[in-house]
Amino acid sequence: MADKNNGKFLNPTPMIDNLEEGPWPSFIKGFKELAERTKKPMLRGVMDQLEYSYQTKLGYWKGGVVGVRGYGSGIISRYSMISDKIPEATEFHTIRVQPAPGMHYSSKNLRDLCDIWEKHGSGMISMHGQTGNLQFQGIEEKHCQEFFDDINKEGWDLGGAGATVRTGASCVGPARCEQACYDTLETHQQILTHFTDFVHRPELPYKIKFKFSGCPNDCMNSIQRSDIAVIGMWKDNIQIDKPAFKEWMGKHGVNRLVNEVITLCPTKCISLSDDNELEIENRDCVHCMHCLNVMPEVLSPGKERGVTVLIGGKSHLKVGSMLGSMLIPFRKLDTKKDIDEFIELADEMIEWWCDNGLDHERIGETIERVGIYQFLEDVGLEAHIDMVSSPRDNPFFKVAY
Amino acid sequence: MATETREWETIESGPKNYKDQLHPLCVKNYGKWKYHDRPRPGTLRHVAESGDELFTVRAGTHRQVTVDIVRRLCDLADKYAEGYVRFTIRNNIEFMCSSWENAEALIKDLEAIGHPVGGTGNSISAVAHTQGWLHCDIPATDASGVNKSMMDSLFEDFIKEEMPNRVRLATSCCEINCGGQADLAVVIQHTRPPRINHEILSAICEMPKAVARCPVAAIRPTMVNGKPSLMVVEDKCICCGACFGACPAMEINHPDHSLLAVWVGGKNSNARTRPTNMKLVAHGLPNNPPRWPEVNDVVKRILMAYKEGGKNWERLGEWINRIGWKRFFEETELPFDKYLIDSYRHARTSFNQSAHVRF
Repeated sequence: MADKNNGKFLNPTPMIDNLEEGPWPSFIKGFKELAERTKKPMLRGVMDQLEYSYQTKLGYWKGGVVGVRGYGSGIISRYSMISDKIPEATEFHTIRVQPAPGMHYSSKNLRDLCDIWEKHGSGMISMHGQTGNLQFQGIEEKHCQEFFDDINKEGWDLGGAGATVRTGASCVGPARCEQACYDTLETHQQILTHFTDFVHRPELPYKIKFKFSGCPNDCMNSIQRSDIAVIGMWKDNIQIDKPAFKEWMGKHGVNRLVNEVITLCPTKCISLSDDNELEIENRDCVHCMHCLNVMPEVLSPGKERGVTVLIGGKSHLKVGSMLGSMLIPFRKLDTKKDIDEFIELADEMIEWWCDNGLDHERIGETIERVGIYQFLEDVGLEAHIDMVSSPRDNPFFKVAY
Repeated sequence: MATETREWETIESGPKNYKDQLHPLCVKNYGKWKYHDRPRPGTLRHVAESGDELFTVRAGTHRQVTVDIVRRLCDLADKYAEGYVRFTIRNNIEFMCSSWENAEALIKDLEAIGHPVGGTGNSISAVAHTQGWLHCDIPATDASGVNKSMMDSLFEDFIKEEMPNRVRLATSCCEINCGGQADLAVVIQHTRPPRINHEILSAICEMPKAVARCPVAAIRPTMVNGKPSLMVVEDKCICCGACFGACPAMEINHPDHSLLAVWVGGKNSNARTRPTNMKLVAHGLPNNPPRWPEVNDVVKRILMAYKEGGKNWERLGEWINRIGWKRFFEETELPFDKYLIDSYRHARTSFNQSAHVRF
């Protein structure tokens, strides 16, 4: 063996070696460095299996059931289907861990995680999974409990998987963004902590995701990717810094103002007054964020801030992609009481979905199948005009009598 | 597994507390930021009401990282960023520095260890991608390799800000599309109904679940060789692969028949236009590891046509809406065929219900 590999720990992997070239960071280079340093057989097995996948254009992992005490989710178990050929990666489970809201880390905590992970697992990490989990990839079942205990002592907990409330995601928020209209980090922390039981124990019709974006730029893709999207919103007038506007005009000029701000406003509510001041007809503003994005030095969201809530976003399977739709146009989310009341509403909605949802049906699909009237009535919300882009054009309906 | 000697009692703590994960200037100016600008591509300067300035350096990562890579990034955080980092939704790392001098020195060190600095403003940011053959149980292609190939070819537009507006990319290795909606996405497209492995089906499959999972009711119970199994009405099957997730015996993945499709015009932001779902513009591209050259050619052609023709602030989908889909296909020289016309639920909403036409 040693001869074949030129004294290297790893076996030859000509196909995936191709991915070591080029300017973008190479994950293959990273894996090789780790494997040659730590000489963990599991890493050699995984590289061999990945090479085999590249050669045969098929995947070779199957799922199973692996967990830690008391939890029904959080570990994605993987067993090799070709362990007869490649026994070193027979088990290659992944542990999903919830990062801090906003994916902020101290280097001290990250280093501790690395040390614990290297002790029990492969040393490979995915930062991050598409839902927002920190994913520790490559551990055998017999080490899972020890790894979990060690990170749990440091304040880390497992994320969701399967029919659970999934790990949340939040933007950088008020920690570093002037557009954040509510505290995305604190809200994420409190809501996901409240739903911890549903995160760890699959007892829902299917997955349900919360995402928290501080403004309608929606950096968390919450409208597309979450069942319950909480997006920052303001209700009063956009704030204009007049001296900053003069400075902006001096720097960028009237052409840029006309071509990149005024004409791109979707509701044409921005104009330049006779005395060269910026004017905004706030009643026409749909809070799209465009003008604030172009001139953040000049414009800020209003002072009366809160959130807009959309419901029902999800990806392809199985009725096709659905964007979330507006449920609540504005709600304050400043105090513990505000957040608690929001949690009560979320609880109501999840309970309704548990009562009405079919197996593997997301809440947006359930609402579409059962009907929006029924949903609103059961969770105690009033119908209002902001929920629709227009009133119906279908003439068939029956008014209650 | 669980041992009797275990002493630790689990604390169901939920998300890691963010409060001790924040840069000191983020704590000091929490909720009191005034505005930001970008001193150069890959950096942000946030100015607080207090007058404090915070310089963020954003860099691309492997996304599939290792403890060695993370430790090196931690070294840089300690040296230049007061010991804190954060990650973006597109797998970029962000260091926050309290001085521009630190930011500039950090940029040099990041580039020296192979992390490109970029991904801000009107650049092409890194790919939101999935697990692929490395770890997933249902992938028809890889993810990290596709990402690496795409970003190698788009590298210059990651480190520069020369696109009309920001460009978000995604890839997905099955039709569940975990990569999500994006300005441009590469997604697996199965082209044949699943082959059914009757040998193992009755032993591993919860049959009613697999039947219920099918969006077009094409799966039915049957008997094969005296054993209960499932059959697929192939005329009805839309090759979505939903059944495979419920039942590994419904073998949808195929080395030659699982192909790749390119989708464009998804937009998550509410800026200017409402958020949109992406649309199919190319399909039947070969799943060709390790570099997927045919896919990369289509991706590059689309993005360069957009770079050439898009106006400032126009996202890819907004550019197409302005010039029209017909011209999009002309400018990218992609073939339009009938399969790009929807024939599923609500298909009519995508028909041209008007006399508007461009010649």
